[in-house]
Amino acid sequence: MATKHQKTLARFMVAPSVLLLLGWMIVPLAITLWFSFQSYNLLSPGMERFIGLTNYKYFLSDPAFWQAMANTLMIVGGVLAITVIGGVVLALLLDQPIRGQGIVRILMIAPFFIMPTVSALVWKNMFMNPVNGLFAWLAKAVGAQPIDFLAQYPLMSIILIVAWQWLPFATLILLTALQSLDSEQMEAAEMDGAGAWAKFTHLVLPHLSRAITVVILIETIFLLSVFAEILVTTNGGPGYASTNLTYLVYSQALLQYDVGGASAGGIVAVILANIVAIFLMRMIGKTLE
Amino acid sequence: MGSITLKQVRKAFGEVEVIPGVDLDINDGEFVVFVGPSGCGKSTLLRLIAGLEDVSSGTILIDGQDMTEAAPVKRKLAMVFQSYALYPHMSVRKNIAFPLKMAGMPADEQARRVGHAAGILNLTDYLDRKPGQLSGGQRQRVAIGRAIVREPVAFLFDEPLSNLDAALRVNMRVEISELHKKLATTMIYVTHDQVEAMTMADKIVVLRAGRVEQVGSPLDLYRRPANRFVAGFIGSPNMNFLEGEAAAKLNAHAIGVRPEHFQLSTTDGMLAGTVGVAEHLGSDTFLHVTLDGGTHVVARASGEFPVDHGDRIWLTPAEGRIYRFDQQGLAL
Ligand SMILES: Nc1ncnc2c1ncn2[C@@H]1O[C@H](COP(=O)(O)OP(=O)(O)OP(=O)(O)O)[C@@H](O)[C@H]1O
Ligand SMILES: [Mg+2]
Repeated sequence: MATKHQKTLARFMVAPSVLLLLGWMIVPLAITLWFSFQSYNLLSPGMERFIGLTNYKYFLSDPAFWQAMANTLMIVGGVLAITVIGGVVLALLLDQPIRGQGIVRILMIAPFFIMPTVSALVWKNMFMNPVNGLFAWLAKAVGAQPIDFLAQYPLMSIILIVAWQWLPFATLILLTALQSLDSEQMEAAEMDGAGAWAKFTHLVLPHLSRAITVVILIETIFLLSVFAEILVTTNGGPGYASTNLTYLVYSQALLQYDVGGASAGGIVAVILANIVAIFLMRMIGKTLE
Repeated sequence: MGSITLKQVRKAFGEVEVIPGVDLDINDGEFVVFVGPSGCGKSTLLRLIAGLEDVSSGTILIDGQDMTEAAPVKRKLAMVFQSYALYPHMSVRKNIAFPLKMAGMPADEQARRVGHAAGILNLTDYLDRKPGQLSGGQRQRVAIGRAIVREPVAFLFDEPLSNLDAALRVNMRVEISELHKKLATTMIYVTHDQVEAMTMADKIVVLRAGRVEQVGSPLDLYRRPANRFVAGFIGSPNMNFLEGEAAAKLNAHAIGVRPEHFQLSTTDGMLAGTVGVAEHLGSDTFLHVTLDGGTHVVARASGEFPVDHGDRIWLTPAEGRIYRFDQQGLAL
């Protein structure tokens, strides 16, 4: 480890950037906090006044809030489950020596380069559309009733779309981790009589645990604020079936012009993110020790 | 029981033939060392025996049974890898118990065997540590522990000491030799260090470019090398070779004399030369001598030998200690 002297020096060196970032973060947060205690609607300008915690009371007692909260956690949990499990499986497959490995790997990463709005629209119009979509065509081909995904299973559809975007990321990180697994260890396990499954559970999975933690951490940060996919597909509906916190704040501010209420929602979202962050940090502390 | 027989074992990686065909008999309880220069196929041969590589053709018999196609675990061999290949996230105890767990052995029997192995290898105090918290020598012992608990028919070691420092290497060398005496199990040991080969082996197999050059006991190889390659490889410092006039006098293409078989004199002798570097080790003195013909040789004098850089010196090969080689390098 560094000496005491080096540590002090390091603190001085990073101080400017830390201060800048802090200011960058604190100012918007303070303004949001200020607005959240105001009655501030864009439809009635000039009527702003301090109303204490009323905005929070309304936001938290709104039935949509709890549903949005549940949806947010469902999206995060669902996408994480699909991408981590799917990512491990795909990474294992891509690690096999196959012909055209390079091309397959590039194809794998492709979804990650597509803008969320675009990919969501492609899914909405070309796959999930109950009349023209590929899934509807497949259903009709086998004589079944086409499913209107976005109307019948809106949340699941959004989870599917977002998971499709994030799967390559997880696969890529896990694949690189997999390639750093010492081949002599695998051979030693083979000589010790470990079958494929035993090798996976006793060697591969523990080896991947760090990479999985990193994937979970990074994805969670982004998945808490999924927005574009909801906006272009379901608009949070039907009802509030696919509204998450971010989308609820958006609809409060820009559809109902209630800046005060939206700010209160924003602060609640910040608190939720921090709670999740604390859990994640605990988890990481354990695996990265 | 642990006799291993290789019959015309051949291995090619694609176009490249690494082992062109090896016949070898290893008896039960023998300590066999494979030596040879880097890239000569020692590891490959060991991995073929272990079952980690498939042979291109030929047969491998273990205890008389054809194991050419058998999976590694079926061969009941245990291997110690150069990198130790310990499982980093498991404690030492779990590492050693892993093969037993895979074999579905009851927990109390596992614990008994792990305790026994840890006792033999002085690992009892470290059983709850992770491999990352051990020194190189301790890791080495864990890897050996993981091999012995399985009670294999033979142990395979691939350069197990090459990651250790010189002093520790000598210790571990002795420990492995003692382990062999204690267990009396067949061991195959790969190294490119001929001192390890000479000190540990019952039988040395000298390999060059995938071919067996000579098989024999250490002293056999020292006294009666089959060819110039083996003669140059076994013994330290290496044998000196003289060609031309000196060799022609003895009806050979080349003659070889080991450094320890020169009689040195500062007044007269068979070969005259000039002293270059003199290495005084106390017990021995190694003299690097440039003969008048221009050939460079090394000579050993026991004890101290008072010469300096640039002094004249005369060397006389000891009676009956001259090796003669023909044009192809075969011993005459
Ligand atoms: N998987 C492989 N594919 C192609 N060639 C290989 C492979 N493994 C080994 N070789 C070649 O086979 C030859 C023998 O390799 P091997 O590892 O057995 O050498 P070695 O005697 O163990 O050398 P060292 O003392 O350096 O470990 C080398 O020329 C190497 O390049
Ligand atoms: Mg090798």
